Amino acid sequence: MTLLEVDGLVKRFGGLQAVGGLDLRVDAGEIVGLIGPNGAGKTTVFHLIAGFHAPTSGAIRFKGASIVGLKPHAICRRGLARTFQIVQPFAGLSTLDNVMVGAFNRVADVAAARGRAIEIIELVGLGGKRDVPARTLTLADRKRLEMARGLATGPELLLLDEVMSGLNPTEIDEIVALIRRVHATGVSLLIIEHVMQAIMALSHRLVVLHHGEKLAEGRPAEVARDRRVIEAYLGEEVSS
Amino acid sequence: MSLLELQDVEVAYGDLPALRGVSLGVEEGETLSVVGANGAGKTTMLRAISGLLRPRAGRILLDGARLDRMPSHVIVARGVVQVPEGRKIFPGLTVKENLELGSYVAAARAHRPQSLERVLGLFPRLAERQRQAAGTMSGGEQQMLAIGRALMARPRILMLDEPSLGLAPIIVQEIFRIIAEINRLGTTVLLVEQNTRQALSLSRRGYVLENGRIALEGTGAELLGNEHVRRAYLGM
Repeated sequence: MTLLEVDGLVKRFGGLQAVGGLDLRVDAGEIVGLIGPNGAGKTTVFHLIAGFHAPTSGAIRFKGASIVGLKPHAICRRGLARTFQIVQPFAGLSTLDNVMVGAFNRVADVAAARGRAIEIIELVGLGGKRDVPARTLTLADRKRLEMARGLATGPELLLLDEVMSGLNPTEIDEIVALIRRVHATGVSLLIIEHVMQAIMALSHRLVVLHHGEKLAEGRPAEVARDRRVIEAYLGEEVSS
Repeated sequence: MSLLELQDVEVAYGDLPALRGVSLGVEEGETLSVVGANGAGKTTMLRAISGLLRPRAGRILLDGARLDRMPSHVIVARGVVQVPEGRKIFPGLTVKENLELGSYVAAARAHRPQSLERVLGLFPRLAERQRQAAGTMSGGEQQMLAIGRALMARPRILMLDEPSLGLAPIIVQEIFRIIAEINRLGTTVLLVEQNTRQALSLSRRGYVLENGRIALEGTGAELLGNEHVRRAYLGM
């Protein structure tokens, strides 16, 4: 089943074309990696899908229905959540309270939100830090919290924007394992990431964005051998 | 004598200790890496050297003279210059204006035209974009600008805090090539990175910081081969 379907997506900011006619789909159960040079338009695509920007033209359908023009919270309620590259938890609130904020997207009852938040905090491995203020969490833990807040909204599709940036390779391995656990609970994922080892290992399919357009698409091993991708993005060291 | 020396430096945020007695030396002309987990104290260490944080105890010496009581602008004038994590460029100013601000201290200002020529030579992409608003450039170009701005201050020691953060692989390779080139041209480099493998490959020596203490010290190659480093920082 196709979960997310993007057709001919265009976004212009004044004279600058950030996204130029992108087609993209994510099937239920899939992990799709969205990669490309800095400034290629990846985060803009996330903003468009999640309703933070209105597209200049093009269609975005989620579970068969158009979500263009819907507000982010309404899109989120339909089961499409996103994380942000720069994590901004409520610094003074505890881990638990931060995650509960996400849970209220689905449940109005405090006890139910709390129960849901506790489960997700365990899933992301922050159980030992449930009651500490978010400001005291390390970057690696704040990235987990960011995922937990998204998961608490009960998504069928979760968009992850560079959840591994700023982490060392061992911390990255832990996040990869966490993403696999999340996927195993039935959540599909669209992931922006520059950490090649991780995105190659996780993705069923890779889409490469360059100057707002699709440069290549395919299985990770194929994409990594693509001459145009090597020249625009990977460089010789990563691909060799 | 080391060019830059930290002796038992302790820094705390309120009651929370971040550096618990760090001693290390940076030798003239070398590239030295400090690696470690998030929260280990790496950025705190750079900020203490730059005078943005005051050590609670210990001493920081440049050529034997104490830096740890000087204000930041004097430390910059002495030749210790930091490229902050996340670039921190002035987005509304042009590329050229950002670079000019790098040579704001009097000692550097006198050499502004030569410095500008040198930086633009090192970063042809910045040369092409001198009149562009810095905030409209890509992440990689902004990182180049942040490094170029620091070079405008004519550093003896260039301190870089996670220059590879959030950058595409091909740009990371370019940034590391440029850092090697800057070092080859005579500037001492102190590099803090999560990209442990590339940082240690580039460096003659490295330190591993854990929980505010130096846990290991060695040549880049030794640390890359160290079992603990491989498990804790290289994901092997």
